[in-house]
Amino acid sequence: MTPRRKRMWVVGLIILGVSIATYFALSAFQKNLLYFFTPAQVAHGEAPKGYPFRIGGLVVQGTVLRAPDSLLVHFTLTDGIATVPVTFSGILPDLFREGQGIIAIGKMNAEGQFEASEVLAKHDENYMPPEVADSLKKNGQLSTTYKDYQR
Amino acid sequence: MSAEIGQWCLILAVLFAIAQGVFPLLGAARGIPLWMSVGRAAGRAQFLFLAIAFGCLIDGFIANDFSILYVASHSNSELPLYYRVAATWGAHEGSMLLWALILSVWTVAVTLFCRSLTLPFQARVLGVMGLISTGILLFILLTSNPFDRLVPMPPDGNDLNPLLQDFGMTIHPPMLYMGYVGLSVAFSFAIAALLGGTLDSAWARWSRPWTLVAWIFLTFGIVLGSWWAYYELGWGGWWFWDPVENASFMPWLVATALLHSLAATEKRGAFKAWTVLLAIFAFSLSLLGTFLVRSGVLTSVHAFASDPARGLFILVFLALVVGSSLLLYALRAPSIRDSAHYALISRENLLLMNNILLVTAAASILLGTLYPLVLDALQWGKISVGPPYFSNVFAPLMAPVILLAGIAPLFAWREASLAKVWGKIRWLAPAALTLGIITTALFWELKDIKVLAGLSMAFWLIGGTLLSLWSRVQLRSSVLEGLQSQSLSSYGMTIAHLGIAVFLVGLVLSDRHSVEKVVRLAPGDTAAIGRYDFIFKGIKTVDGPNFKAQEGLFEVRSEDQLITELKPQKRSYRVQRNTMTEAAIDPGVTRDLYVALGEPLDAGAWSVRLYYKPFIRWIWFGGLFMMMGGLLALLDRRYRRHKMDPLVTA
Repeated sequence: MTPRRKRMWVVGLIILGVSIATYFALSAFQKNLLYFFTPAQVAHGEAPKGYPFRIGGLVVQGTVLRAPDSLLVHFTLTDGIATVPVTFSGILPDLFREGQGIIAIGKMNAEGQFEASEVLAKHDENYMPPEVADSLKKNGQLSTTYKDYQR
Repeated sequence: MSAEIGQWCLILAVLFAIAQGVFPLLGAARGIPLWMSVGRAAGRAQFLFLAIAFGCLIDGFIANDFSILYVASHSNSELPLYYRVAATWGAHEGSMLLWALILSVWTVAVTLFCRSLTLPFQARVLGVMGLISTGILLFILLTSNPFDRLVPMPPDGNDLNPLLQDFGMTIHPPMLYMGYVGLSVAFSFAIAALLGGTLDSAWARWSRPWTLVAWIFLTFGIVLGSWWAYYELGWGGWWFWDPVENASFMPWLVATALLHSLAATEKRGAFKAWTVLLAIFAFSLSLLGTFLVRSGVLTSVHAFASDPARGLFILVFLALVVGSSLLLYALRAPSIRDSAHYALISRENLLLMNNILLVTAAASILLGTLYPLVLDALQWGKISVGPPYFSNVFAPLMAPVILLAGIAPLFAWREASLAKVWGKIRWLAPAALTLGIITTALFWELKDIKVLAGLSMAFWLIGGTLLSLWSRVQLRSSVLEGLQSQSLSSYGMTIAHLGIAVFLVGLVLSDRHSVEKVVRLAPGDTAAIGRYDFIFKGIKTVDGPNFKAQEGLFEVRSEDQLITELKPQKRSYRVQRNTMTEAAIDPGVTRDLYVALGEPLDAGAWSVRLYYKPFIRWIWFGGLFMMMGGLLALLDRRYRRHKMDPLVTA
């Protein structure tokens, strides 16, 4: 095979591979992008209905309620401006605590509650998910003792 | 006092790194032998001072010297000695120092094993490594000095993150770093060859063992990390497509591609330009991984609280390294000539396809990992990419890789005869499919297409790998002689490819047939998973060295036979007041039984996570197989020192 033809083959193979991968990537991308919204944005109705997204904020003190006979939990998230009620069925992460910054993944249901399929709290009590820290900072709700911004 | 000694050694190490970076490169460019020979001595001196600095930091931890900020933040007098030592690399500053130390270990290894290389080539390799080291050491000194003092000294330390107080976690970072940083050697060889214009098969032969060692460590590091995540995080998963996991997986994929293309470059002189590019990419992705982990820009289980200056420093460093090496590549690539001629149907082209697929897979992971960052930087919204994206893209790209791996070793270099290969593999596809159908129908359900496809592919890969071994063995007069005549690297390849099949079996079966139950159990209650009954006997309090734990007792019975007792814990660490789940696992070759405590509910009841995980260990066995294959290939006699002919040209 001449070097020229060989190069054409190589280029052709690469283009084929890349285009197949791009197809898979884009179609998978579309279905799996999760946008982040703050409770204030949800209160404004900016969050999508019937489509999963991520929400983040602080767990309001005294709002965590457990059902007596199942694993259902209710709590409220805030970013200092608005609050959103959240329901979750399952085991909360070890570092889930009132007053803690968390991120939940799920959808809004018809009653205006956020039905979480997953709740994430980080394994370092001084660490806050960057999205949550950002939105709190914007609203002036971030305590000045928060370590990340002290350093 | 030790902190000051450490600080001084660190500064001396930077000076030696600068000398190692500057003089050999200038000397090689101008042909001054004295300058060129500086590299070796400077590299060794750098190692010496970094080792002392690291020793000083370990000493600070052992002696509970809480006047050192880093020690005070990550240790505690109650922490057992073993974890106090391991805490040295348990957080940002210390792990960067470990990074630098490991780079200097690799540097010393290069000075020891590459003495027969020509002086200019050695000088260039060491020079490039010196420049990298300079960047990392300046980063440590300017933004993350582990020896910073804390005034006034606190009475006790803040303790190590409980998640890291675990054996797997203490050896995972050093192994992973050995891999990450080891890729810098292949990178330096590539840059040195580009600078000197010595891209020949000798260059490829010299790069191969270094790449192989780095790849072995990287494989081991990733396997360890995955195993740790499985038993320590208490979610029962082994891979989460977390950005930091991706950061270690991308260099692995590219390094795997590099190993294969180096084979073609060494044996046939093919793909030189491409191989060089892969070497550059592999190390760039390692640096990118360091940036992603250390900058705290990503939401991840691994993210550390950190400051933006660090991220910016590494980003600039990354841009310099990648930018300058790609610029050099662009200038030199047109003069690289491939000496190889090969036909369309040849092992060269199959290896090329392997490379394209692996690199495309790495690129799609890169896209999914960086896309959220780019959007955020442009203020277009905050998003994250869900794990299904990665599995949906990854699976279709890996399937052809596995199918190719099964038959590619049967194809000859240069020009393969399709008829000959067909003669050997005629029965492979039907046999693999039949075996797949039989095992699926026997043990699971036939309509489970994914299990059927996965198992058939595993059989295909095993069959093809053994066939190709056999086709090489039967060239000799007797089987025994044939087996003896095979080189260690040929056995290495065989075992590594079998490892992929083992991994695939574990992946498919654990993914499709795991059972998870999250239940509320009061003492005396029973929960059933398949034929296993989990009986919750009760909870008691136990004391650890620096924690108090609630320990559950579970009896697992199957048809009234006691299988095992499991004792999962919920630990509460005294200093950080963190709660930690310690899962209890009954491991087995064909299944794991897994219990993790959730939260205490009222009336003595607990929420409990129960898992039945079939064949999950095969995932890590597969990884270990690949690693063993790499080790065998490394021991091949052609890499022994006296067999390696020096690079002739300069």
